[in-house]
Amino acid sequence: MKPTDEIKHESTIFAEPIITIGNFPITNSLINTTLVTIFFVVLAITLRKRLNKIPRGLQNFSEIIIEGALKLCDTVTSSRTTSLKLFPLVFILFLFILINNWSGLLPGIGTIGWVELHDGESIFVPFFRGGTADVNTTLALALVSVILTHILGVMAVGGWHYLNKFVNLKALAEIPIKIWKEPTILLVNPVKFFIGLIEIIGEIAKIASLSFRLFGNMFAGEVLLASIAGLIAFVLPLPFMFLEIIVGLVQALVFSMLVLVFSTIAVTKEEH
Amino acid sequence: MEYNLAVLAKALTIAIGAIAPSLAIGKIGSKAMESIGRNPEAAGKILIPMLLSAAFAEAIAIYALIIAFSIK
Repeated sequence: MKPTDEIKHESTIFAEPIITIGNFPITNSLINTTLVTIFFVVLAITLRKRLNKIPRGLQNFSEIIIEGALKLCDTVTSSRTTSLKLFPLVFILFLFILINNWSGLLPGIGTIGWVELHDGESIFVPFFRGGTADVNTTLALALVSVILTHILGVMAVGGWHYLNKFVNLKALAEIPIKIWKEPTILLVNPVKFFIGLIEIIGEIAKIASLSFRLFGNMFAGEVLLASIAGLIAFVLPLPFMFLEIIVGLVQALVFSMLVLVFSTIAVTKEEH
Repeated sequence: MEYNLAVLAKALTIAIGAIAPSLAIGKIGSKAMESIGRNPEAAGKILIPMLLSAAFAEAIAIYALIIAFSIK
């Protein structure tokens, strides 16, 4: 590789593998998400070991945050018991996505790396990259959350009732029973059945929209910051960094609030 | 003259795809401002639903951006 070769610095949509263990490539966003997970495990163990009746310091801070978050959940679920049951899932989603979003902004992430040679071109590959700027992470989070809402729904209202939310067999079975009392049921219930079928497509749309919203915002932020810093490296990137901080917070909030809303809808019994 | 349809497609995707979401976010924001002006105490309650709706509307523009990035 001659020193005069130009090194390509480009943000790729797919995360670049750094090393390969056996058949498993370890990408730079995987390293980042692992570091964030270790950070949370250490935080949780520290808080658990030093629990006092009268909170001080870190425990006090965490209690304030958790109290505020529970109040926010209550505005969506309107019931403290449901909030308490859904809170672990929703809150850790929020924190995980938030720290992953913000870790893409730290100095050194995306800039420290090595130069690799691919097909005669030297490409710069960073060691670390924001975890949520990789579509695999966001797709995994969205899949897990949506499948979990279904499992929670079945656990809460029972399998038959939950099945009727999508494949509305109850509506079809009611037609021959109630047709003498209310003849309009012949028109209304088939429509209800088809609405239930369309809900299935809605679930797939939920997965796609959750993952792409988060991925798109974070990836576009990365590209934006790289372009602005490439234009004028001093002072000008500051408002864009501020924007990225806010976008990271808002996107984490939106993802977790949406999962909370979906779970709440899934665990409520439908009543006429 | 050389015609490069891929570059044109990239540009038009994001250009046309961002028209409707920006109008939508503008409408959401203006209605929120209006209701805060009418009832300044409800500002805290209005903020979070407004942010949620704005994120929904912005997601459509993000889909267009992803398509623009993935066109070779």
